[in-house]
Amino acid sequence: MLTVSDLACVRGDRRLFAGLEFAIEARNWIHLTGENGVGKTSLMRMLVGLAPVEAGEIRWHGTPIRSLGDDYRRAVCYLGHHNALKEELTARENLCVGAAVSGIALGDDAADALLARVGLAGREQLPVRFLSQGQKRRVALARLLWSEAPLWVLDEPFVALDTAAVAWLAATLAAHLAEGGMAIVTSHQEVTIAGNTAQQLRLVRS
Amino acid sequence: MSAFSVFLAVVRRDLLVALRRKSEVLTSLFFFVIVVSLFPLGIGPEMDLLRKIAPGVLWVAALLATMLSLNRLFANDHADGSLEQMALAPVPLGLLVGGKIFAHWLVSGLPLVLIAPVLGIQFDLGSRALGVLMLSLLLGTPLLSLIGAIGAALTLGVRGGGVLVSLLTLPLYVPALIFGAGAVEADISGMGAAGHLSLLGGLLALAVFFAPWATTGALKIALE
Repeated sequence: MLTVSDLACVRGDRRLFAGLEFAIEARNWIHLTGENGVGKTSLMRMLVGLAPVEAGEIRWHGTPIRSLGDDYRRAVCYLGHHNALKEELTARENLCVGAAVSGIALGDDAADALLARVGLAGREQLPVRFLSQGQKRRVALARLLWSEAPLWVLDEPFVALDTAAVAWLAATLAAHLAEGGMAIVTSHQEVTIAGNTAQQLRLVRS
Repeated sequence: MSAFSVFLAVVRRDLLVALRRKSEVLTSLFFFVIVVSLFPLGIGPEMDLLRKIAPGVLWVAALLATMLSLNRLFANDHADGSLEQMALAPVPLGLLVGGKIFAHWLVSGLPLVLIAPVLGIQFDLGSRALGVLMLSLLLGTPLLSLIGAIGAALTLGVRGGGVLVSLLTLPLYVPALIFGAGAVEADISGMGAAGHLSLLGGLLALAVFFAPWATTGALKIALE
């Protein structure tokens, strides 16, 4: 369970938000919304431990995340604005290398199977720079399939995806939640996940 | 997966990327070849003078060639988000950074070591001096990659970082230049290069230990 208490975010000399409190429990997910520039991405980067916390505390199962280190990083899967793909490498190589850096061994056949699940069968050997934006996003999202992390932090995961891929991602999220996972997702569109209602969290300018 | 296989995965990835982006790799190698070759052409066939300036010219050219390749060390990973994912990986970031630095050396340092004796012939260096030159570069170029990584990490995301990284790292390269070029000079003048080479080795050992740590600190600031 992830608990956030009295969290504040300061960018330069501007205070984006303060006194933020929420919790995510197993089998639950949060739909994070808010105007552009209100600090959604900043909040996500604080949640995964990339950005320092100005004030307040983020706890994972009761322990502050900065004292957990690698144990917390193992529990989180983060997908940011960038796809974290190397344009020169093929989709398959990107997937294998991404997994290897996170300490998970993924063979070529396993990677191809995951790419087939995101609808990229037959594109495994193509350098990523030849793929469209939506296809690149799908390769990036394939990370969710090998990740063993219980907490998914997804920043605008639906951007550039077609309707089939949006449905696939919603189904993947539903399966993850059903297995006891948790997620926090930013999106400007409505997201419906079968059998699971989101906790709505709306950031407002302070 | 063990820590070593994660290290190897990073090295393999960076080598693959370099292999598919050959022009960038070849640019710094050709820069080294051309800069070094200009001196004999400009000075003319004065063998004594050429022998005297050879160690300095080759080493300065190696510094500048390494400088050229430093920008791509972290900038691409930073732009496409790979660096973020590396920072979030459940392995020490220093290990991944070490892998990147090692791959950088394989791509931009090792070729300089291998081609240096060919270029040294233009300066009428004897076979013994060529051997010492190779050895000094073999110990020195990893040192250049390690120190350069700190500079590249500190200037990450800074506008005009290319010039800044030179201003930042060139002064730090001075000890490597003095002992590296000094080793070849000492050998030519018959004093023996062992002292210079062991000092260079000592510097390398220090850098292997401290540089990934300092680079990691700088990268974490850049990612905030």
